[in-house]
Amino acid sequence: MENILKIDQIEKYYGSKVNLTKAIDDISFQVDEGEFVAIMGASGSGKTTLLNCISTIDKVTTGHIYVSGEDITKLKGNALNKFRREKLGFIFQDFNLLDTMTAYENIALALSIQNVPAAKIDSKVKKVAKELDIESVLQKYPYQMSGGQKQRVASARAIITDPKLILADEPTGALDSKAAKLLLERFAYLNKNLKATILMVTHDSFTASYAQRIIFIKDGRIFHELHRGQDKRKDFFDKIIDVVTLLGGDLNDAL
Amino acid sequence: MLFKLSIQNIKKSIKDYAIYFFTLILGVAIFYVFNSIETQSAMLAVSSDTREIIQLLTTTLSGVSVFIVFVLGFLVIYASRFLMKRRNKEFGLYLVLGMGKRKVSLILFFETLLIGIISLVVGLVIGVAASQLTSVFVAKMFEADMTKYQFIFSEDACIKTVLYFAIIYLIVILFNTFSINKCKLIDLFQGGKKSESVKVKNAWVCIIVFVIAISLLGTAYYNVTSGYEAIQEMNQVLWYIAMGCIGTFLIFWSLSGLLLKVVSSMKGIYYKGLNSFTFRQLSSRVNTNVFSMTIICLMLFITICVLGSGLTVRNSMVANLNELAPADIEISQTMNVDESNGYTKKQLENKGKPILEFFQDLGIDLKSYFKEYVQFYIYTTPDCTMKDTLGSALEEVTKQFIFLQYDTPEEIIKLSDYNNLAKLYGKETFSLKENEYIMIADFDSMVTVRNYGLEAGEKISLFGHDLKPKYKECKDGFIEMSGGHLNVGVIIVPDAIIDDSYKNSEFVIANYNTGSKDKIAEIEEKIESIQKFKKEYVLPTINTRTNIAESSIGLGAIISFIGLYIGLIFLISGASILALKELSESADNLERFRMLRKLGVDEKQMNRALFRQTSFFFIFPLTLAIIHSIFGMKFSRKILDMLGSEMMIPSIIMTSVILFVIYGGYFVITYFSGRSMIKE
Repeated sequence: MENILKIDQIEKYYGSKVNLTKAIDDISFQVDEGEFVAIMGASGSGKTTLLNCISTIDKVTTGHIYVSGEDITKLKGNALNKFRREKLGFIFQDFNLLDTMTAYENIALALSIQNVPAAKIDSKVKKVAKELDIESVLQKYPYQMSGGQKQRVASARAIITDPKLILADEPTGALDSKAAKLLLERFAYLNKNLKATILMVTHDSFTASYAQRIIFIKDGRIFHELHRGQDKRKDFFDKIIDVVTLLGGDLNDAL
Repeated sequence: MLFKLSIQNIKKSIKDYAIYFFTLILGVAIFYVFNSIETQSAMLAVSSDTREIIQLLTTTLSGVSVFIVFVLGFLVIYASRFLMKRRNKEFGLYLVLGMGKRKVSLILFFETLLIGIISLVVGLVIGVAASQLTSVFVAKMFEADMTKYQFIFSEDACIKTVLYFAIIYLIVILFNTFSINKCKLIDLFQGGKKSESVKVKNAWVCIIVFVIAISLLGTAYYNVTSGYEAIQEMNQVLWYIAMGCIGTFLIFWSLSGLLLKVVSSMKGIYYKGLNSFTFRQLSSRVNTNVFSMTIICLMLFITICVLGSGLTVRNSMVANLNELAPADIEISQTMNVDESNGYTKKQLENKGKPILEFFQDLGIDLKSYFKEYVQFYIYTTPDCTMKDTLGSALEEVTKQFIFLQYDTPEEIIKLSDYNNLAKLYGKETFSLKENEYIMIADFDSMVTVRNYGLEAGEKISLFGHDLKPKYKECKDGFIEMSGGHLNVGVIIVPDAIIDDSYKNSEFVIANYNTGSKDKIAEIEEKIESIQKFKKEYVLPTINTRTNIAESSIGLGAIISFIGLYIGLIFLISGASILALKELSESADNLERFRMLRKLGVDEKQMNRALFRQTSFFFIFPLTLAIIHSIFGMKFSRKILDMLGSEMMIPSIIMTSVILFVIYGGYFVITYFSGRSMIKE
């Protein structure tokens, strides 16, 4: 299987020499094509910094990040933007939909900024809307939708460009449990049926239990790794809870 | 400590304050320049008449200044409240940290004070610099030579500016204190958070409203231009103005929906790059600002009309001078004065003495000054009034022109006298059969009235003779010189029919035998010297080209200056409100652009989207205002017809330059502030 994401000994420091904070302290891992990986950690563990570095919103201090073999830490300016719009799909905790545009237009925007001809846009939007079960809300504005619908629209926007890697930052953070479950089932479906590669950051064990592999981070270092294998989701969830307990008070808020 | 905080606050939010500063500085500078005109003109070599006109101008301008202060005051308060809103969170934080409301007010007080002082100083410096330039303009307006250049600083204007703006800032401080005292903490914190609910208007409703708006505007346009003749009373004009305002409002109301409908149906364009985003941004902007856009559009409309027409009046008045005052001097007297006119018996002793003789008696030999002259009488008879000349057309005319006086006697002149005068004036001469007459006039609407009667071939009866019009229309011409086209109608008749006992007034119109300015001034001083006999005699009226020139230049200049003043202030008010409106959503904008950045949109593309959004937002009201102005100026041109308005092009160019510089300046500042706000 092709190696989509390869993280090679990255470090990220904040502050000055006198007062140095290592947000990421020598992390390396790989994500293969078609994988669904979750990164878990408490607040301040460095998981968001890690995601920001992968998404090129932030720059690493040392180390390399390869996406499909390309070293993205070397990219600059418009090449970065090009990489972001062509290779990555984003899903955020607070949806980040444009409030002035309809769901349809929000999804279409991801294509139109890639200069996809208008004729092709319509069929693609309809297809992805069907997969995420949001056909009925396409003509609505964000303020007319529920949180779950908004997040599915955001997911549709993320996958419509066929990105190499989908990055999800606390996707269920602002959803109630029912909407969260619906969304995660869609993620699993996209991962399984469309072979979408998903890297998800969360501190919620339930959310993480939908992934196939979980990387635990503590104080900027990889603390543990869990593979779901053939486990049922319920069993996998119990294993996660065990690790979280092991992490101790640090990840208490995960429950 | 608090003072330091204030300074840091200003430094920090200088981007937000750019528009505010720009407006204040412009306001102060313009205020100073216009109030210092008296000082500016002090060094000009002008006659005492012109000096009086300048006096009148400065008095008028200081009156207008009071109005301007109100406009600026509202503007400054509006702008400062807008800035307050942007900083709600900051104030909320101070309050949460336990700072008393009084202290927060104090911080604001220092800030306003600092901004006020800085803007006053900078504005005054710019104003003083600008007034050096405008004094050239003032000199040109009054056609005066600048004897010598010197640095001008008007202490009065400076004190006045400082005083008026101090009052404005004081009111701002009061307003700020008041709103801080009134506010609740929760509101301050949630001030920035408002989820936008997009009000979507039904496309069909928009189309219908748009059509209604267009037809309202069309009707108003038509009625003030082509249908102008049908306007009889002020009420109708007000009615059309109201139609125009409502039409403007409805255009903006329906515009966003309509535009979105049209553009989003063009999928090729709409789903290209950031176009869909830009259009949505723009339409939500237009949608939420319908009312202010209407106001801004109307303000721009007034600005363009006032600037355009104001400058036109002055130009055309000067241009018309040679045509309207073709001779050097005109002396006239009324024959039929008596004690009822307020004269004493002694004064009336000499009544009716021919003008030349009268001057001769006072020791002034007029003829010796003249190269050529004509002397003639105007006759009137109660038997021939406008009623009679209109005849059967009277009924038709009264319906249209209800304000006309129909029973004033018509002025009559002998053909030979008129032809002599016409030769002197360099105008067309006429010939007449013994049963014919000719009507001359140059006041536009009176020409229209006259033509009704002439077209009907209405016969008039004069001194026992029946006369019919030689021409079916009025001929262009006038007897008395004036600053405008003011001849409402004079009848030319064959010499033979005149009855000398109906003399109404005597005229002597002449050209001097010299062309030199100094000599003319000498002659005129001599002739005017008869004023010292005004207790003893009924004096003739003296009207010289110099007088006419000075008064029309003066009147033109006053109109131009007031036009410029009001126009400029309205322009900066409209533009700054627009700019503030555009920037007011920059917080939301930041969020949206941050998202686009995450989606991988290029910086360049985002800047272009912002540029388009801002420029369209500025262009919409301007475009509509320009369309309004085309018709508005046609209308004002008709109103001002008697002043003449032939020189439109230079004024229009000048107006465009002013618009381009100020409105364009606001646009540039808005765009760049907006751009720096969306930068990370």
